[in-house]
Amino acid sequence: MCALAHVFEEAGIATVGISIVRGQAVKSHPPRMLHCDFPLGRPLGRPNDPVFQTRVLDAAFALLPRTDVPVLEDFDVSITDDADAPLTCQLPPRHDPSLPAAVDEAIAMRPAYNRQLGRDGATTNVVRMGGPDRVPDLVAAFVRIADGALWDDAGLDPKKLGAAALDIRAYYEEAAIALADHIPAARQAESWFFRSTETGKLLRAVQKIIRDADGPREAWFRLVPVGQPPP
Amino acid sequence: MSSDAIVRRGVDDIDAFDFESTPCTVAPPLAQARVAIVTTAGLRDDGVGSWSDGQGFVVLDGAARSLTLAHVSPNFDRVGVAADLNVVYPVDRLAEMAAAGTIGSVAPRHLSFMGAQLDHTMTTMRLDTGPAAAKLLRDDGVDVVLLTPV
Repeated sequence: MCALAHVFEEAGIATVGISIVRGQAVKSHPPRMLHCDFPLGRPLGRPNDPVFQTRVLDAAFALLPRTDVPVLEDFDVSITDDADAPLTCQLPPRHDPSLPAAVDEAIAMRPAYNRQLGRDGATTNVVRMGGPDRVPDLVAAFVRIADGALWDDAGLDPKKLGAAALDIRAYYEEAAIALADHIPAARQAESWFFRSTETGKLLRAVQKIIRDADGPREAWFRLVPVGQPPP
Repeated sequence: MSSDAIVRRGVDDIDAFDFESTPCTVAPPLAQARVAIVTTAGLRDDGVGSWSDGQGFVVLDGAARSLTLAHVSPNFDRVGVAADLNVVYPVDRLAEMAAAGTIGSVAPRHLSFMGAQLDHTMTTMRLDTGPAAAKLLRDDGVDVVLLTPV
């Protein structure tokens, strides 16, 4: 992002940016940056809070007249993630004990996922591997790895395990918004998924299996965020 | 240490391209400026969920709201943007600011790049796709770019 600021200014377009990794802004010294100590993924700070978001934009645009560049100022509010306070919400009842627990759980999440997607302003990040209809099949592939199948023989291209994990996680996290009936603080839904659900625990276990077997990094790296503790 | 602190500790010290100086374009008065968003969140408005454009960019129609987040990293919160696109891409906030006269106008198109590039020299972005993006923005009469990460 900082490189783009340099390019645009050279081309005669004034820029102001929101920084969320301060070290990179310091090193690249773009002309005008407002550093916001907000959760990664939420550079405007608070979802569904237009007043707060506008305050951030006002502070950013206030830097535009500055020509004593580089300018790097800090926004006066900090927000930290709540990964250590996982979301608490009731899991929907499962229906088919003949299915692996994680697959049955994923199927049971679908009504909540659909409710969230129907809300005003909602979008979905379940877009890489065939959409929400495919999620139970993706979970089943991870179950096969946990049950002893090789990661390149579980029904998914090993290069796509990361994309599959992102889709599965997004499906659960978006369902969690509806289950909790509010937007969780940053990473609360992530921690709920990886620590409280069958499928989240499955992904952590599969990541460990592939890493312990010296599997390729591309097969395990994106399965679990680095901030989540090992199983 | 928070999860974000762990991630930031890993990326704060990643090499960055050494720009020898900092260019500066004088902005027009904000109330007269046409503003575009350029995000590095890897947003797309074509329904595609993966990013295959390297250091290239995609054009986002200003009216589009059904965007997908094609960013590859698992290491940031995705719930906020799923609930409210504006927490990454504040297009509705800019429209409100234009209606209030705070900014002059909102550009008809915005741009999306992918952050977290492994090539810290950013050669393609600096010399090719970045200048092409600047030309597109100038053609749209853009005076000011708001840069947002994810």
